[in-house]
Formats: sequence, structure tokens, C-alpha cells
Amino acid sequence: MRGARDQLVTPMRVVSIGIILSVVLVAVAFISLSMGPAEVSMGTILGWCAGMGSVDQTTSMILADIRLPRILLAGLVGFTLSLGGVVFQALLRNPLAEPFILGVSSGAAIGAIGGIVLGLGFSVGVPMLSFISAMATILLVIGISSRHGGLESSTLLLTGVIVNAFFTAVIMFFIATASDSRLHSMLFWLYGDLSQSKYIQFSVCLPLVLIVSGVIYFFSRHLNLIVGGEEPALQMGVEVEIVKWIAFIGISLVTGVVVAFSGIIGFVGLIVPHLMRMMLGPDHRLLIPASALGGAIFLVAADTVARMIISPSELPVGVITAFLGAPFFIYLLKKRGSRWNQD
Amino acid sequence: MESGLILKSISFSYSNHWNLDGISFGIQKGEIVGMIGPNGSGKSTLLRIMDGLIRADTGEVLLMNRPISSYRRHEIAKQIAMVPQESIFRFNFSVLEVVLMGRFAHRGLFPFEEKEDLEIARESMLRTGTLDLARRSIHELSGGEKQRVLIARALTQKAQFILLDEPTSQLDIRHKVEIFELILSLVQAQGFGVMVVSHDISLAAQYCNRMLLLNKGRMHRIGSPAEVVTTDTIREVYQCPVLVDKNPITQTPRVTVLAKRTAADIAI
Repeated sequence: MRGARDQLVTPMRVVSIGIILSVVLVAVAFISLSMGPAEVSMGTILGWCAGMGSVDQTTSMILADIRLPRILLAGLVGFTLSLGGVVFQALLRNPLAEPFILGVSSGAAIGAIGGIVLGLGFSVGVPMLSFISAMATILLVIGISSRHGGLESSTLLLTGVIVNAFFTAVIMFFIATASDSRLHSMLFWLYGDLSQSKYIQFSVCLPLVLIVSGVIYFFSRHLNLIVGGEEPALQMGVEVEIVKWIAFIGISLVTGVVVAFSGIIGFVGLIVPHLMRMMLGPDHRLLIPASALGGAIFLVAADTVARMIISPSELPVGVITAFLGAPFFIYLLKKRGSRWNQD
Repeated sequence: MESGLILKSISFSYSNHWNLDGISFGIQKGEIVGMIGPNGSGKSTLLRIMDGLIRADTGEVLLMNRPISSYRRHEIAKQIAMVPQESIFRFNFSVLEVVLMGRFAHRGLFPFEEKEDLEIARESMLRTGTLDLARRSIHELSGGEKQRVLIARALTQKAQFILLDEPTSQLDIRHKVEIFELILSLVQAQGFGVMVVSHDISLAAQYCNRMLLLNKGRMHRIGSPAEVVTTDTIREVYQCPVLVDKNPITQTPRVTVLAKRTAADIAI
């Protein structure tokens, strides 16, 4: 049953849901800004934002140099991973597809580590390699799992698992050979870590993510048709191959860059689009912006939990998303079986 | 006669088993052409070649006097609509959303439906008797309902030609008749040219103006149902004992499949 969401997607609906989610995002960001080992009251934060009130040097530094860049990057990373999940799910016609599960995140991580080992720069070289290896991983996974021109759900997931296992082993090799001082941060990074966030990372990511999500949104109607099968989509006038390539390249680009900065954060692209699809329906004209914003909200919240839960120590945020995501994945698998005819 | 959807000496090598070869025929607006033939005789492949989804190795498909390879996909979609054998929807779209997808080729850059699209969708659903299903999920429908929804979607494409790939294969006899009646009424009302692949030979013979019998990738015969569906042709192509006589009411050919034992008894 579709219940309360059996209305068509209109520009009005997209805009109003976009606004609601943005407001929630800002609210969550403010709450996150106030939380941490040093409590800062909401009044102080609002005053600090408006450039008024007396905020002491230390508080100002905590907010501006530690918490804010981290929140901004968390939002952008969540946005990107969730966008990647929606697009993979549409292109592969499989609601379990997601950058992490398909091995694309660990593929990107290999590239990033390769870049670090080669001593490339962290703002261009490393993300660039990360993007290339993300793209190569997608092609590899699709290449291995396609049979008779079709992609079967279980084969695809299995291929993702194997690719993941292999890449994790490669990453472990690099970590084992790394000098001890870098070991700790690399291990954290492997599980998705936002503690090293800086403004520069946010500003490298932001334009890329904006451009890619704009392009993807332009193709949202195409994705609606592709979900019903590539041949019917072709028949109804979609240039399927072009859309697929643009989307795969776009998502590899932003996923690669995001992984280079934040490490491997799993399941965001699974949980958020799934919840959004249940609430708002499968139409990508609404699902894409809602999932992306939802992903941002989710990851900002998850990273806040990661900062707080064993305070004063911190957890990698990927631990939190995996705690939530893995059971959710199993629940979906149990509930749906492998046939995936139902939403 | 050159204005329809014309195939000129098409050949296409499919696998090691056989090739489509020497296929030449055309369909015109206002006629229903039935395509019959055993499993694996190349019916679906031929249909896909007609829609430009696969390119033939040699020969050409002409759509309104222009090679189909010179069209963009969205241009073809405005001329030819196809009703697939089965459609799997992995996600929970409503019937109305599915029907509106047929409007894709008619929308420009603006990604949302306009009033005109909704009206066309409504009219298509009215014609196919699916209007009261509009808000239902595509997953909740029965086979017959789903088939009618897919036909409604094809109608919203506002095409001249409709190609249907075994639209009745999953249906009981009542729903089979309903689908053929629907096709006939659409052709009569709107003058589509229709090609329908079917295994219901006797039923198709009652509705089709012409029929094409395909055997191992070759045209075995094309012509009126009475010319194509005979005891000899069906027996030869399907390798199966049959008796073809005339339906006493409609005078169209009627195929009776005989049990092997019966066939031996009467020494066919």
C-alpha cells in the first residue's frame, strides 16, 4: 500500500520537502555544534554565528576550527554517499546497491592510499587517484557480475563482498607496512573518520558535489524509467547508455573524493534512500534531493554520536553507521528475500 | 505503400543456432499484423529490430520513409510504442506514475509533467479501463491489469505504431479476449498500425488482418490468416500434429492440437 504518499511529484512538493529537510539539517548542525567535551550553550552559538555576544577565545576556536569544519564535511559526505546509493540502486535496479556494499568505497580507499604512498598532494592528487580507482572498481564489479547482459542481485552483492574483502586485504598490507606513527590514523580512516576535517576539504568537495548532483538531478526522470528496465527505457526514448555513463562517472568522482577525505563510511547510501523511498515514494525527482539531504542529516547526527558516545575518546563514524546499517541490511534481506519485487 | 514501418531484407545473426534472414514486410497504419512461430524462431528479436533497439546486420528498417538508424531514441518513441512481454518494477511506482512514463519523449528539459500529460494519461487509462487503478501500486495488479496498464503507457506515447510482444501469454481466456478486443478498438478508433506476437493462433486469426509465420529466423509465410494458418504450414513449422479447420462462426482458421496418440490413430 502506498498510503499517504499517493500523490504525484510536483515542483511544489520537491521544494517544500527540500525546505523542511534543510531546516532539519541546520537544526541538527546547531545541536551538533553545541555538543562535545566542552558544552557550549545554544545562546552562545547563536550569538557567535551572528558575530555578537562575548565568546571567549577558546570557545571560538573550538567552534570555528574543530567542530564547524567537521560538521560541514560530515554533511557533505553524508549527502554524497546517500546520493551515490540512490543512483546505484536505480542504475543497477537493486535496492541493496550502495557504494560501500559494492566495494566502490574500498576501491576509492585503495586509490587514496596509493596516492598517499606516492606522496601526492592531499587536495588534488589523492582525491584524483581515489576517483579513478572508484571508477575502475565500478567497472570491475559490474563486469564480473553481469551475465547475459543482465545484473543479478545476488551475484552483484557477492561480487561486492569479494571485491571488498580483497581491497581490505590490500589496505591492510599498506597499513602493516606503514610506519607506526601513521598506523593509528590510517586504521581510523579505514572505518570512516571525520576528526581530521578541515575547511579546505569541504571547499574542494563542495563545488564537485554541487555540479554532480545538479547533473544527476537533471537525469532524475531518466532514472525513473531506467528502474523499470533498460530496454523499456530505451524504447520510451531514454538514451540509456549516455545516462548510465554520466551517472557512473559523476558518482565515482564525488564518492572517490569524499572517501579520500573521510575514509570508508558504509551503509549511509543504503539506510537513508530506503527510508526516504518508504516515506516519499520511488520517484527520483523527489527521492534524489530528499535522500541527499537526509544523508547529510544522518551523517552529521551519526558523527555527533561518534564524538560523544565514549567521550573524551572518539569513535570513527563508520562504526556508528555500521552498527545501524548492518542490522538494517540483514532486516531488508530477511524481509524481502533476494527477489526485490517490492519496495 | 512506403509510408508505414517497412523491413527490407533484414538479416541478423543471433547465436550459433540460427539467423534472422531475408525478412521483408511492412505494417501500415490501421492494420493488425499477427506474428506467430515456435519458441526461439526469432519473434522477439524481430520486434526489437523493428523498434530500432537492435540493429540488423544487413537490410534496413524504414520508419515513415527514413531509416530507423537515423532517428534518435526519443524520436522513435514518438512513432513506435512497444508493450514488453513482461515488465518488472523493482520499486513501488503507482499505476499513474507508470502510465505517465510514456510521456518521457514528449517532455522537454523541464522534468515535471504538465497538464497536457495528465490529460493524455487519463484518456489512455480511460480507453484501457485502468482509470480506477490509477492510485494502486503496480505490484498489486493482476496479470491482465498489468498488461492493460502497459498498453495505456504505450498509448501515452502517442505513437503511430504499437508493437506487442506476447501480450496474452500470461492470461486466462477471458483476459486474452479482452486484450485483443482492446487492441482492435484502439486500431479502429485511432488508426494505429499494430504488430502483435502471439501463441494464441486461433484467437489472433480472428483479429489480425494479416499474419506472419516465422520459422527458424525466416519468413515461412505472410498473408491473410487463412493463407498463413493451414494444417500444412502449422504442422511443418511447429513439428506437431494439428488439425486446422474453419471456425464455423467467424470462418477464420481454427487450430486444434492433437494428442500424439490420436494423431497416430488417424495416421496423420
